[in-house]
Amino acid sequence: MLRLIVFLLSMVIPMAALAVEPDEILNDPVMEARAREVSKGLRCVVCLNQDIDSSNAGVARDLRLLVRERIVAGDSNDEALAFIQARYGDYVLLKPPLNARTYVLWLAPPAMLLLALSVGLVTLLRRRKKPVPQALSEAEEHEIKQFIENQKVGESK
Amino acid sequence: MNRTLAFLPLLIAVVFGGFFLWGLNPDRDPNEVPSVLISQPAPEFGLEPIVGVDTPGLSRSDLVGTETAVVVNVFASWCVPCRAEHAVLTSLAERDGIRLFGINYKDKPDDAARWLAELGNPYARIGSDVSGRVGIEWGISGVPETFIVGTDGTVLYRYVGPVVGEVAVGKFREALVQAGALPREDL
Repeated sequence: MLRLIVFLLSMVIPMAALAVEPDEILNDPVMEARAREVSKGLRCVVCLNQDIDSSNAGVARDLRLLVRERIVAGDSNDEALAFIQARYGDYVLLKPPLNARTYVLWLAPPAMLLLALSVGLVTLLRRRKKPVPQALSEAEEHEIKQFIENQKVGESK
Repeated sequence: MNRTLAFLPLLIAVVFGGFFLWGLNPDRDPNEVPSVLISQPAPEFGLEPIVGVDTPGLSRSDLVGTETAVVVNVFASWCVPCRAEHAVLTSLAERDGIRLFGINYKDKPDDAARWLAELGNPYARIGSDVSGRVGIEWGISGVPETFIVGTDGTVLYRYVGPVVGEVAVGKFREALVQAGALPREDL
């Protein structure tokens, strides 16, 4: 059993491997860590739903090298991101920025959640309201009296 | 109140239906990466000519103050679709008199020279981008990509992939007409 688990784990580990090649890695571990942080937010423009760290595409490699180049040149993480964003647009960021074009994207989910919750709440509250017992009208009272009397007459016969 | 509420499902269906209609549109390519360069000045760059090829190099200053809009084509000898596209570009340059510039992307000079010798060289200028760094400045995602640059150095149009086949060539020629590089009757 243990063997099987070890075997399965060893088969899974390569999937988590990054495409970052040894010759790209910076000597300074702090800078390298920052480059990884920046890379996580950058989309590979060839394979679209991968970040550049996990993509083997040529352009992804170029972008990884470029990120490192900017960081070595003294850019902050945000500046390095902005540098690439200026060339490839908002599209290259895996997390879309909040601006006039993305209001619907960012605000629709909470708005829909609020709408759904309020509709649900109103429905529940309405259902809980018990019907208020109403007094009988005079005509109804009279009718009932007659009915009971008729019954009594019927019983005594 | 209740009467208006009765129309709510219809309204929701219409909204969703609209989204589906948009999503199913066959002309929409979800893989398309929108370019930030359109209507922007062409990026700053300067490229040396390919070693062993007589064609001069290409830099940003060559794109400013041109007589008509020019075509900038990113190509490489290792790129198979580029080979298919080559005939179209040659015809544009030789038959229609379009001024064609090239960026030789991540290519070995020897390979590029052999490729141009074999297929012909329709380019007025070719910059050799061995590192691919200028490709990033242009925001390309692969080769081939073809841009139309206006006389003032503004990027007017970008075509991703090979300009091959009736539809693609038609689109590209239409863009050239709009850029003023082709007369309308040549469409």
